[in-house]
Amino acid sequence: MSRHRVALRVICRDILSFLSARVGRRRSGRSFPRVALDLVGIAAVAAIIVHGAGSAAAAGPEISHFMLSNGLEVVVIPDHRTPVVTHMIWYKVGAADETPGKSGLAHFLEHLMFKGTAKNPEGRFSQTLATIGGQENAFTTSDYTAFYQRIAKEYLPTVMDFEADRMTGLVLTDANVLPERDVVLEEFNMRVANSPEARIGEQVSAALYLNHPYGRPVIGWHHEIEKLTREDALAFYQRFYTPNNAVVVIAGDVTVEDVKPLAEKTYGVVKPRAEIGPRMRPQEPLPVAVRQLTMADPRVTQPSLQRSYLVPSSTTAAAGEAEALDVLAHVLGTGETSRMYRALVVDQNLATSAGGWYQGTALDETRFGVFASPLPGVSFATIEAAMDAVIAKIAENGITADELQRAKTRLIADVVYAEDNQATMARWYGAALTSGGTVEKVEAWSGKVHAVTADEVRDAARKWLDKQRSVTGYLVKVLPTGPENRS
Amino acid sequence: MNARACLHLPRVLVGALAVATVLAAAPSAALATTIERIVSPGGITAWLVREPSVPLISLEFAFRGGATQDPIEKPGVAAMATALLDEGAGDIDSKNFHERIEANAIEINFTATQDYMAGSLRTLSENQGEAFDLLRLALTAPRFDAVDVERIREQTLSGLRRATTSPNELASQRWWSIAFAGHPYGRPVRGTLESVPTIAIEDLKGFTRNLFARDNLKVGIVGNIDAAGAGKLVDRVFGGLPAKAVLSPVVAAVPQGLGQKIDIDLDVPQSVLMIGGAGIPRKDPDFMAAFVLNHILGGSAFSSRLYKEVREVRGLAYSVYSAVMPLDYAALFMSGTATRSDRADQTLEVMQAEIHKLAESGPTEEEVVKAKSFLTGSYALRFDTSVKIAEQLVQIQLEDLGIDYIDKRNSLIEAVTLSDVKRVAKRMLDRTMLVTVVGRVQPLPAKGG
Repeated sequence: MSRHRVALRVICRDILSFLSARVGRRRSGRSFPRVALDLVGIAAVAAIIVHGAGSAAAAGPEISHFMLSNGLEVVVIPDHRTPVVTHMIWYKVGAADETPGKSGLAHFLEHLMFKGTAKNPEGRFSQTLATIGGQENAFTTSDYTAFYQRIAKEYLPTVMDFEADRMTGLVLTDANVLPERDVVLEEFNMRVANSPEARIGEQVSAALYLNHPYGRPVIGWHHEIEKLTREDALAFYQRFYTPNNAVVVIAGDVTVEDVKPLAEKTYGVVKPRAEIGPRMRPQEPLPVAVRQLTMADPRVTQPSLQRSYLVPSSTTAAAGEAEALDVLAHVLGTGETSRMYRALVVDQNLATSAGGWYQGTALDETRFGVFASPLPGVSFATIEAAMDAVIAKIAENGITADELQRAKTRLIADVVYAEDNQATMARWYGAALTSGGTVEKVEAWSGKVHAVTADEVRDAARKWLDKQRSVTGYLVKVLPTGPENRS
Repeated sequence: MNARACLHLPRVLVGALAVATVLAAAPSAALATTIERIVSPGGITAWLVREPSVPLISLEFAFRGGATQDPIEKPGVAAMATALLDEGAGDIDSKNFHERIEANAIEINFTATQDYMAGSLRTLSENQGEAFDLLRLALTAPRFDAVDVERIREQTLSGLRRATTSPNELASQRWWSIAFAGHPYGRPVRGTLESVPTIAIEDLKGFTRNLFARDNLKVGIVGNIDAAGAGKLVDRVFGGLPAKAVLSPVVAAVPQGLGQKIDIDLDVPQSVLMIGGAGIPRKDPDFMAAFVLNHILGGSAFSSRLYKEVREVRGLAYSVYSAVMPLDYAALFMSGTATRSDRADQTLEVMQAEIHKLAESGPTEEEVVKAKSFLTGSYALRFDTSVKIAEQLVQIQLEDLGIDYIDKRNSLIEAVTLSDVKRVAKRMLDRTMLVTVVGRVQPLPAKGG
């Protein structure tokens, strides 16, 4: 899996590594805090989304894409080393497309998509995969909902058939909807209620977005999840699940010549059933206030601080700006060589972890984050001053030529590493294409990163890492009494 | 790609005459390629899969003997030493070490488990010289500078403090500490809040000195490299290690405390349940049948019995699983889930009833056919990236299954019969188990009570 995984995370752990008590090298810059709750799924299997970015133009695979007459887009990423295929369907709908008051609906529907159709009753699709040795799962973010199967290549027509059928054929009954809502509430308990870090992540996002629905948790607010109904799910389904709102990505041992007739025969016969207009969400006003919030949770043993800034995404940014933010996030916050880790953890010995991230793949204005966990006895005021100084230094003096070069090398190499993994490639393209990107834009990413200058990185820090654009969250065990002592 | 060209480093050739010997080769359908067993000029064995179509090299390796080798009173030494291997080595301090890794887009990771210490290196082919030199230094000359040791110690303690209020961690720790009281498996790999402060630099040095050797080493390589090149690589990285590891003997163990249910009070909305007992060893003739059985019970993501009964029908949990765990010195069966506190008892009953039912009556013929079909059909999915293939090469060597295992494996599953699975269901599941439950012991405790 590519190292360049940014803010979209799954919180659950790998079950087997948990059981065998494995301990890995903790990559301090990237493992904490859990950033909000951006990606939730149908089952507890890790699905890590790689930052929406590109493909090596020179050595990479020949990527093809075409559109069917019903508006469905298909992307084919050949990798002939192993006779397996990753088949994904991505719908351009996520939590940010929900009606206010129905938070969690996009994700709830993702779960319900496994409940069967008239042609293929509940369980048949999963049972087929369970028989042929296919893996499957699904996940939802603010901008997209995706379903995938990983299979031996000869079963590609089978899964395309099933997936095309459930695009419009879903049948729901209260008998299977209501227990599934309980499952989602348990998912909420696992991901959010049981985790202080996840809880404060939700609060910071909600406070950052004054108007845009990115402030809603993808899994939904508990009081709204528990009221979601079969009718809600079907209405949402009929509005958004239609071939003209979907992208199919197929990576692995196939060619575009194999895929085209199959796509025509399966997805091609599904009639569009809804008009899909431009995705217009309420946009953010110009942020003008420095916002801070403190959340107490008795289970907190290690206080922590996280800050999110409202910044442009790869879709909303001016030319070159998103790539400058990619480089900035790397230099400022990724790993042990980053400015934040060096200053706070190593040189000043104030924190056990520190870092930063940028979630570039998003349809609308997105987030840039920084975080730190102070050592026992170190106050938030001290650690925040140190954090601010690191940011101010980059905003004033920029980054060194050496830092710029290292960051570019690392980011561009991630493309080569991604090409070794068909599932990573499929996710890369699928996420980009459902968040306002195009195949061409993804392919151009490496070149744009290569072109970033040190001045552009400095300017990005100066312009976007402005406290008035931010919310800072403090996670503590008990609320401070009396006047707060942070600056 | 110009960025990378700028950093292209001269390759240092080691031993112009060094040519690896290819001892055995096994073609594989799953791999659509061949595994070569090579012996380096320096005498180190490694398994190699040549993959010329991707410009990178994946190297995975493991030294047998992990946290079981920690001093009895100092659990956490293996984990801490492992965490410090990339914090400076030889003449290169921590900062420079990390910068050189990053400047060449190299990935080096180390992991300590109970039974072994594993490492992983991934590099672009063009940076292989630098990558292998850094890895060699990390293994042969780690610095353990005091300032770095203290930093990693603080990070470890921070993680351990967090674990004190994590229901997953508590359920797991308590289970292992009871099941393996007095045995190395009973001690947490990461150590404890008491032990970690006492770990001295000499403990860390002693661990690497004793463990990193050639006779307990397993190596898997995948990439754009031939046998001769791979042989040189292996010598370059591992050739300077001592011939023999110095390992403390570990006795085989069976889980204790079976039949107990331990409740751990923690004020969280969702309780975590863990059920475990004795399993089937990897070399036991019944292992494959146990593997098939487990798939039917709780191994399959969307069609296992536990999935159906706990999640689909009753909506009690989001995740429910079971697993067979053949460790080096014990074999285990494990199952677990997380559910609303007020339904924890009900969930445990449902799980135990399913386990009991399968032990009593066994699965149906259809379930066995389907499980075998899944397990054989999905095997190729373990081989679709270089890293995954290299990991398999090491795992198969650690389990001592033979170089033709990948080709034999599906026929071993095919050979499992309904009566095998029924027999193993009795053998593995018709037993008392140890249960830990972490959550609100009283579903809604009175305030101040």
